[in-house]
Amino acid sequence: MDSIRGKAAIAGVGELKPERYTDDATTQELVVDAGLQAVADSGIPFEDIDGLLVHSMAGVTMFVPATFAELLGLRVRFAEVVDLGGATGAGMAWRAAAAIASGLCSSCLCLTGARRSKKRSGWSGPPERTAYSEFEVPYGAIGANYGYAQIAMRYMHEYSLQPSQLAKIAVAQRDNACANPNAIFHGQPITVDDVLNSPVIVDPLHMLEIVMPVGGASAFVVTDARRAAELPNPPAHILGAGEYLGHKTITYAASLTDTPARPAADRAFETSGVKREQIGLASVYDCYTITVLVTLEDAGFCAKGDGGRFVDEHDLRFNGDFPVNTHGGQLSYGQAGISGGTTHLTEAVRQIQGRAGERQVKDLDFAFVNGNGGIMSEQVALVLGTNP
Amino acid sequence: MTDTTRSASRPVPRPTELSQPFWDAARRHELVTQRCTSCGKHVFYPRLSCPHCGARSLEWVPVSGNATVYSYTVARRATHPAFADRVPYVIAIVELAEGPRMTTNIVGCAADDVRIGMPVRAAFEDLDDEIALVNFEPS
Repeated sequence: MDSIRGKAAIAGVGELKPERYTDDATTQELVVDAGLQAVADSGIPFEDIDGLLVHSMAGVTMFVPATFAELLGLRVRFAEVVDLGGATGAGMAWRAAAAIASGLCSSCLCLTGARRSKKRSGWSGPPERTAYSEFEVPYGAIGANYGYAQIAMRYMHEYSLQPSQLAKIAVAQRDNACANPNAIFHGQPITVDDVLNSPVIVDPLHMLEIVMPVGGASAFVVTDARRAAELPNPPAHILGAGEYLGHKTITYAASLTDTPARPAADRAFETSGVKREQIGLASVYDCYTITVLVTLEDAGFCAKGDGGRFVDEHDLRFNGDFPVNTHGGQLSYGQAGISGGTTHLTEAVRQIQGRAGERQVKDLDFAFVNGNGGIMSEQVALVLGTNP
Repeated sequence: MTDTTRSASRPVPRPTELSQPFWDAARRHELVTQRCTSCGKHVFYPRLSCPHCGARSLEWVPVSGNATVYSYTVARRATHPAFADRVPYVIAIVELAEGPRMTTNIVGCAADDVRIGMPVRAAFEDLDDEIALVNFEPS
């Protein structure tokens, strides 16, 4: 793709405060709620929204955009489903920007969300026969914990990494969450010892290194950069984007430690013209501590294998020298299914717009956003900035 | 993490026409994979075309059953209710001597004795008359 730099900006965000359980609402209702908030926040008249990106979800697996256009009363000329797991929100952002740049639409609403029920339905297995159900599931390779644990084990085999260095990531993000009243763990600081003393779930990952599932929804509005400049909020310009994927199941990834996050990030920096050292906030997917470490390396903020030392040498808090996941990350903000990944984007938008309250990063010009689907599978990278 | 209060039957592979030769061999306690007659590379899991070169020219061939542990984890909590009585168990990715990687369980040694790079060999576990799982054990 040609550079989308300067063509589009995120004008508004809408986000539900994460909740441990959301039994009273359907996913559709959560998503609509966040979507309405995003449109209102953008200041764009409802009837001017002419693009819609959304993902399939429980209860809405087909005719997804039409279902939400009808629910919301939108009339759109551009509509798509985006299916990139935890990278879905970031993937929507550049698709919306590209659609706007090519004249397909002028203002695009992007919707993500997931409910969480107290009643667990129990795992019944994939309904269809797939390579995954045939060659992974029978060995207990189910969920995501086992995959990221194997990434961490392989990383520790290939490079030097101390458990305390991984733990520091969780601690710094918890400190950030303590400056975010919406975070699920607001007001509950932790220490490195707390992390290392929490039970090992899958070697070498402790409970406090594993994401907290919640219910919630995140939405945002992308619009033409010139229009964004006339709206109430300062624009968060989409300066560059990259996307990369090649495996679904981690068994078949080319490498466990050098991931598709690298080519995605390279492309995002290349198209943006922004340099790594200009980035003032890294808002990177964090289903586990090891995910942050590997992603910071693959994004090029430090050399491969230097992640442990990088974490040791930098203060990752919102007021530190290298702010990471200032909303608390999903580890401490909460992961509402697919929309968990979108929170890294909405947080970066708030920060670029100067609306992050007590956790505002000072003198912020550029933010890096990463979305990650599956087990280091779908990767999307974005560079956002205060100017086009 | 999932609740493990309810027991469930162990997930069993359901072969497709494409994958049947793999499971037929496993039932005889033999390991086979596909190999591309065009580029010569071995392929796992069973596919219609070679993921290395794109050719639709895959044939089934016997492989040695020798592998090394590429990575692993020890599940200290069950990843599925049916595995609750096996905790702690080892979920691993092994790299076959012929190249492809596969997911498996490491058996025949204590979970804490597994190491990356450890040589292992295929060890078949009969689930029923039709299906034998391909585990690996230290060689």
